[in-house]
Amino acid sequence: MNTDLLVPLLAAAIQSGTPILFATLGEILTEKSGVLNLGVEGIMIVGALAAFVCAKLTGNPLLAFALAGVAGMVIAAGHGVVCLWFLGNQVVSGLALTIFGLGLADYLGTPLIGQTAPGFGKLSIPGLGALPILGPIFFQQDLLVYLSVGVVPLLWAFLNKTRWGLNLRAVGEHPEAAAAAGIDVLRYRWAGVLGGGFLVGLGGAYLSLAYTHLWTSGLTAGRGWIAVALVIFAFWRPGRALLGAYLFGGVMAFQLRLQAIGTHVPSSLLLMLPYALTVIVLVFASWKSRQANAPAALGINIEPQD
Amino acid sequence: MNYRKLLMLCLALTAVCFLLIACPEKPEDMTPKVERLEKENAELKQTVEQLQKENDELKQQLKELAVKMEVKELQVGFVYVSPIGDAGWSYAHDKGRLFIDKMDGVTTSYVESVPEGPDSERVMLNMARKNYDLIFATSFGYMDPMLKVAKKFPQATFMHCSGFKKSENMGNYFGRMYQARYLSGIVAGAMTKNNTLGYVAAFPIPEVIRGINAFTLGAQSVNPDVQVRVVWTKTWYDPATEKEAAKSLLDVGADVIAQHQDSPGPQEAAQEKGVYSIGYNSDMSAFAPKAHLCAPVWNWGPFYAEIVEAVRNGTWESKAYWYGLENGIVDLSPMSAMVPADVQAKVMTEKEAIKEGTKKVFTGPVKDQAGQVKIAAGKTGSDGELLGMNWFVEGVIGTTQ
Repeated sequence: MNTDLLVPLLAAAIQSGTPILFATLGEILTEKSGVLNLGVEGIMIVGALAAFVCAKLTGNPLLAFALAGVAGMVIAAGHGVVCLWFLGNQVVSGLALTIFGLGLADYLGTPLIGQTAPGFGKLSIPGLGALPILGPIFFQQDLLVYLSVGVVPLLWAFLNKTRWGLNLRAVGEHPEAAAAAGIDVLRYRWAGVLGGGFLVGLGGAYLSLAYTHLWTSGLTAGRGWIAVALVIFAFWRPGRALLGAYLFGGVMAFQLRLQAIGTHVPSSLLLMLPYALTVIVLVFASWKSRQANAPAALGINIEPQD
Repeated sequence: MNYRKLLMLCLALTAVCFLLIACPEKPEDMTPKVERLEKENAELKQTVEQLQKENDELKQQLKELAVKMEVKELQVGFVYVSPIGDAGWSYAHDKGRLFIDKMDGVTTSYVESVPEGPDSERVMLNMARKNYDLIFATSFGYMDPMLKVAKKFPQATFMHCSGFKKSENMGNYFGRMYQARYLSGIVAGAMTKNNTLGYVAAFPIPEVIRGINAFTLGAQSVNPDVQVRVVWTKTWYDPATEKEAAKSLLDVGADVIAQHQDSPGPQEAAQEKGVYSIGYNSDMSAFAPKAHLCAPVWNWGPFYAEIVEAVRNGTWESKAYWYGLENGIVDLSPMSAMVPADVQAKVMTEKEAIKEGTKKVFTGPVKDQAGQVKIAAGKTGSDGELLGMNWFVEGVIGTTQ
């Protein structure tokens, strides 16, 4: 494979990895606070729909992008109410949220199918975009790709270098100890759930604002689940999430290009690649689980202290 | 004495007067009259009842006559696999539904986004129970559920699109879309500069393979060096995947993108890259005005009208309806101004020839990818061969697996 094919493939890998990256970062934030939210797929698709509707009505893609985050927060708040207030089972609540989100978006979005909305186009960074090879891969993407990459160091710095981030991690590791140290455990968990929902919603918006400018039911097509798996693959680290998301994006883009080149491998086998990789990733992650860095109190509800 | 007599007379007169006055007030004397009146009343009531009964009977007769005089109101139901707003397959069928909805004495209704399998059986069962006269099911996977429902409701007529099964009251229908695809191939073959065409395709089934082969033959008829690269998406409607598939074809040098998909995703990709595209199902130029050259389109309206008339007149028969350009069931949307006049003229000549039957798309010699002759020189592919087509013609790059 020469550079003529490799460069567009890598550029496509970044593009199809970006929605997964947003969602993975969001889920990392939520899980770091000790809450497991399996509703990523449902939150994502509601975000995608909110962004599409807003872009269509206002013609302002940036506003639409932000609104998708808010919509994600609203849906994620449902998970917060069930698990943080009523101490419901986090796995069941998350699954219910996925089903609810998919159904809601399907119901509300049906009249919009087949319509287009304004979104983001390619934005070449002056100077860097003109570089050979690196330019087309990294610096001729759309605005949202740059934003998603920017979130990675921000999230890392928040979790590792700020007092709030350390408190949030303490809540995820050992809520009783955190409470004893005077940390308002419930408030940090709420922050984790809502902040994570915001980022996941943005991931959905990428699909309807930049990846395509169309709406369809089931637009997310399982990307939310891949994000949940990638959190484990990334060992809850934002930097590894970037790597994992682009790896998955690359595999998705690769199988289509392999067909276009004219390979004789049956297309059914090629289509299995992203899912086969998911399985391999999970096996790999549990094999190295000792350094997996999972929050110790993940998925465990906390009783009110008063 | 005279005085006494007078007094007696007076008394007697008074008594008579009393009697005369008192007499009509006696109740015993009223009884016969009351009885008579009551009898009359009862007789009148009976007459009224009889008249009412006669009136009702007349009304009923009038209603029956009116029904006989009116055109029979035909209830027609449609079952769609996707939402009608998809600008694709179901949208085209729904345009056909609206066409017959305008006919006198026809009422239509539809159910969209019906999954293939048991759900579709329930939807069709529901329509049949509500005494629908004619039901169209427009996806391959509705075939067996429809067959089951058709057996339970022999008075209704069932029509299944794109399948091959039929029963006494169930027929199947489809259009020779490959003819329109051949014409779109001529346009693509004439417009390409790299001699590479990209084809984003849904599933490797005979319907899709036939379309790719016809498209390739059309392109080769004006440009013998052309090659067609195929990418399978294994979806009918997934804008993100279909757009990505088109981009992968653009990366390997394709400069005209054709599609057998319901979403306009590939059109978007072609426009962003600044190359040409060919739509499908309906005119997709709204999604990519700078790229869209033409689109093979469905036009179900006249066919649906024909079936409605046949059912109403009792001339409908259970068979496989497979019409082509000659009936207008498939067509090529108006070509963009970007297509040169001589190419447009060539397409129109070929279209007329196919309509008249002097030109067949699959005329030998047709070779497969390995160079083996599949349709011998001077022969044309039979309908059976076309319906079971599972090989690519020479010039297609890709696998049918």
